[in-house]
Amino acid sequence: MPEPLTQETISREIAELHELAAKAGGGDHPSRDYPPYRSSGLRHPHRPLVAPPEAYTELRGPVFGVADVTPLDADLTRQHAGEPLGERITVTGRVVDRDGRPVRGQLVEVWQANASGRYPHQRDQHPAPLDPNFTGTGRCLTDADGRYAFTTIKPGAYPWKNHVNAWRPAHIHFSVFGTAFAQRLVTQMYFPGDPLFPYDPILQSVTDDKARERLVAAYDHESSRPEWSLGYRWDIVLDGPSATWMEEGR
Amino acid sequence: MRPTPSQTVGPFYGYALPFRGGGDLVPPGHPGAISVHGYVYDGAGAPIPDALLEFWQADESGNLDGRPGSMRRDEVDGSFAGRDGVTFTGFGRVATDLDGHWALRTVRPGGAPYIAVCVFARGLLHHLYTRVYLEDAGDALLASLPGDRRATLVAAPERDGVYRFDIRLQGEGETVFLDLG
Ligand SMILES: [Fe+3]
Repeated sequence: MPEPLTQETISREIAELHELAAKAGGGDHPSRDYPPYRSSGLRHPHRPLVAPPEAYTELRGPVFGVADVTPLDADLTRQHAGEPLGERITVTGRVVDRDGRPVRGQLVEVWQANASGRYPHQRDQHPAPLDPNFTGTGRCLTDADGRYAFTTIKPGAYPWKNHVNAWRPAHIHFSVFGTAFAQRLVTQMYFPGDPLFPYDPILQSVTDDKARERLVAAYDHESSRPEWSLGYRWDIVLDGPSATWMEEGR
Repeated sequence: MRPTPSQTVGPFYGYALPFRGGGDLVPPGHPGAISVHGYVYDGAGAPIPDALLEFWQADESGNLDGRPGSMRRDEVDGSFAGRDGVTFTGFGRVATDLDGHWALRTVRPGGAPYIAVCVFARGLLHHLYTRVYLEDAGDALLASLPGDRRATLVAAPERDGVYRFDIRLQGEGETVFLDLG
């Protein structure tokens, strides 16, 4: 029997890698080779990435339109006959490129656990209740200002098997398209002040403190609606080819 | 502005991202249709059952404008309606099955001779880009790679109109992944 993997071990690894990053400068994105997240071990390339001489195809990207979403797709609390359990929230923000230009009319998709921290997925064996009134998927198109908006419930934290007593902080998964396929982003949005942050190797895989903060939404009292919902605000900046390269490609 | 960091797609995207017909860029029997299929493997050579692949390509005439309609909704009841069977959107999305297998039905891209691929998976903190080439000829990226590396980007013809393209995330035969800036 191998020794059970403890939080102490994982936390020590996290601390070591943060220290290294503080010296070397952590990047904006996680290293694909991040040992504290054990599943990354066999799933990252060993060879360096290759910069292609051209990227005609990747400098353009798929487009989506009004037929691909219905207005109700952005309200995760209205997909069933009844109201889901949990704390009703709205999440809004803008999708922009690195020059701050809005990404217009592009697809944003979200998925999340229910208020108890359970996904309606066969492989999720967490013994927390499913909610018959909550599936936890949504999509919308960004508007002319790059803005998206979802109404949902606050997801619960949930356990996973990375190590003993591993818990994911509450999060909403986001999938975002830019105008270029090379700007594609899949990420996770977190909630401010979550005490689970330091223990979570997935969030901590972003070793730069400032970069990690960009994954945390802000509570936004202005967008809270009286007697109805709490508001969170989270802006998304898409990485990808440098602006000049993109102009040439278009 | 500094970019928003990537995070893994995780294990539970299955009911959110894949959609019926996601790998069928053209309907069955479409003139000139080809199938591209294969497995995604990890560094131990085990198939990956929770990877998600996205494909983006030009149409047969080389047009890269793309079209909406990959995941049309039924406006009456909000259910999924699927592609209309006529519009070529250029976009495909397929989750690997429990065997780590995926399949795409499309047409040969005009213009740049490859299908762009984006790979997501549980355990992969930041997606990876690669390309499916249908021939090993006449391309600057392929020309720049040594033979064994080049071979990882070229689909193998299996029979008329059917190509095999495996993706190896790590180790022996590791697929060439791209740095797109
Ligand atoms: Fe999750």
